[in-house]
Amino acid sequence: MTQAEQERRFQEKIDREIKIEPNDWMPDEYRQTLVRQISQHAHSEIVGMLPEGNWITRAPNLRRKAVLLAKVQDEAGHGLYLYSAVETLGTSREQTIDDLHTGKAKYSSIFNYPALTWADIGTIGWLVDGAAIMNQVALCRTSYGPYARAMVKICKEESFHQRQGYESLTKLCSGTPQQKAMAQDAMNRFWWPALMMFGPSDADSTHSDQSIKWKIKRFTNDELRQSFVDATVAQAEILGLTIPDPNLKWNEARGHYDFSEINWDEFWQVVKGNGPCNKERLAARIKAKEEGTWVREAATAFAKKRAMKKSA
Amino acid sequence: MSTNEWPLWEVFIRSKQGLNHKHVGSLRAPDATLALENARDVYTRRSEGISIWVVESVHIHATDIDDAASFFEPSDTKIYRHPTFYEVPDGVKHM
Amino acid sequence: MQESALFEYVLRLSDDSLILAQRLGEWCGHGPILEEDIALTNISLDHIGQAISLYDLAAAIEGKGRTHDQLAYLRYENEYKNVLLVEQPNGDFAMTLLRQFFFDAFRLPLYEALMQSPVEQLAAIAAKSVKETRYHLKHSSEWVIRMGDGTEESHQRAQAAIDHLWRYTNELFYEDAHDQALQAAGKVPSMAEMQAKWMATVTSVLQEATLEIPKNNWKFDGGREGRHSEHMGYILSDLQYMQRAYPNMEW
Repeated sequence: MTQAEQERRFQEKIDREIKIEPNDWMPDEYRQTLVRQISQHAHSEIVGMLPEGNWITRAPNLRRKAVLLAKVQDEAGHGLYLYSAVETLGTSREQTIDDLHTGKAKYSSIFNYPALTWADIGTIGWLVDGAAIMNQVALCRTSYGPYARAMVKICKEESFHQRQGYESLTKLCSGTPQQKAMAQDAMNRFWWPALMMFGPSDADSTHSDQSIKWKIKRFTNDELRQSFVDATVAQAEILGLTIPDPNLKWNEARGHYDFSEINWDEFWQVVKGNGPCNKERLAARIKAKEEGTWVREAATAFAKKRAMKKSA
Repeated sequence: MSTNEWPLWEVFIRSKQGLNHKHVGSLRAPDATLALENARDVYTRRSEGISIWVVESVHIHATDIDDAASFFEPSDTKIYRHPTFYEVPDGVKHM
Repeated sequence: MQESALFEYVLRLSDDSLILAQRLGEWCGHGPILEEDIALTNISLDHIGQAISLYDLAAAIEGKGRTHDQLAYLRYENEYKNVLLVEQPNGDFAMTLLRQFFFDAFRLPLYEALMQSPVEQLAAIAAKSVKETRYHLKHSSEWVIRMGDGTEESHQRAQAAIDHLWRYTNELFYEDAHDQALQAAGKVPSMAEMQAKWMATVTSVLQEATLEIPKNNWKFDGGREGRHSEHMGYILSDLQYMQRAYPNMEW
């Protein structure tokens, strides 16, 4: 079969919603795009454990502590499901993690923002997990089988994350004025970074067209961002929180909310590594890996010894 | 890059008596004991799967690989993982 | 008298779980391997669950209407009755897993014995917790063996952890008038019996791990009487911060 014939059959599968599986023929660029996107997603889950993990020891009651532990544990698990999907494309977990540590691979910029108060934890659950869910639900129908299946699994678990965050904020917003103010302050700091989670605008998104054609992405960045705003405004109203955007307004003609332009300077600066916590996040992950080397080596050495004993 | 990377294992879970084991994903572990423990922690957090199989990926022979995701019924003991446990005010949509 | 003895007894178990969970929670996002990050937070979560049940029971015994959060968050340093072992810093993975192993090897026979206690609610909590405790012990034993019989470096780290933590292990079997009263009434097992089982497990696992039991038998205690190490103050300032800074609010 010629290359052209392979590509034609491949695109036909995509068009007919037939999933691509690990051993199927695929264009190199399809494979590379997936490796980049899935590993970025995996790294986001793992780095995302850090701002929230920060507050485990300071959670204000035992139930919240337990819920936060469960949530962060889930995130580690999600990272693992996604690394496992990347492995099917022929790139090892170790390689993708090395790429993260050298700065070659990216992760979601939202996690470069600090979690300053307890209200941040609820806000992260509501807005950040909410944005992630919007993206992930769409990806449940992505063309690559292992990625789609990982997304389905993750989506099932993620709804708990958003609900517990929203519930926490409901408590704060119906509590004392101090608590309500804490929630509003968190909202003020996380709203725009949450919108930035959907990535650059479609016009500036270099991979967008091809990703849509190959159904790696099912919706564009702007489409998802708009859906998120539309869904979240009412939720904020119920909490009694003000969204920090004076231009946020329902547009009857469009059937959507209008909102201000994102601060693209800030967006690109944070992506490039100049956000508030980029250095600390990466340093923490590098340290964990380096300090874990002796542990991994010990387990490998032990396994070898036992294997030798068995065959002796 | 280290050549010391742990081997890759594929994980299969039987979630209920009467069902087959289903492939749920993979993980890295140095030996079968830790692979089983890790599989339990990673793939059965919401209820105990009844049975876990792990196989080093390298020992699987395939023609077409046929993966299937497995889903779990909610567990009674760790209820804070379940979306129905959280009280969200009526009228909140999209959650 | 027996009510206050039982309250004290259950409080000790709850505080052990709470402080251990607190220490384990610090590993989140920093574990040496992702799978171990999940395992350690899983154990932490199990202990929070046990702490909640045990504090609820202690509060019921006390009969003053205190909640599990009030007990966990609003006491002063000398009112916490956890053993010194669980408040020790995490250190490296060897320190954490050896601390865990020593604790699990105590907690499992204790729960197994408490399942037979005539104090129904205590027996119920023990029955519910014994399965996860068995898993904790399996997990920590597997790692002690791998570190002990792994590489030269892991062996040294594991031995160093044992040498440091050994002095805190005797306190696990601390007994005072409260314990004696409860034992006399047949409500709880004897600590001597627990120590024998603990020693059997520890000897067996350390042997397989090619690790040595320290010869220096100098013991520390005080935790069970509310006299803690310097670490406790810092643990509590994290734990209690929100409740102290924002008193009487709902979260």
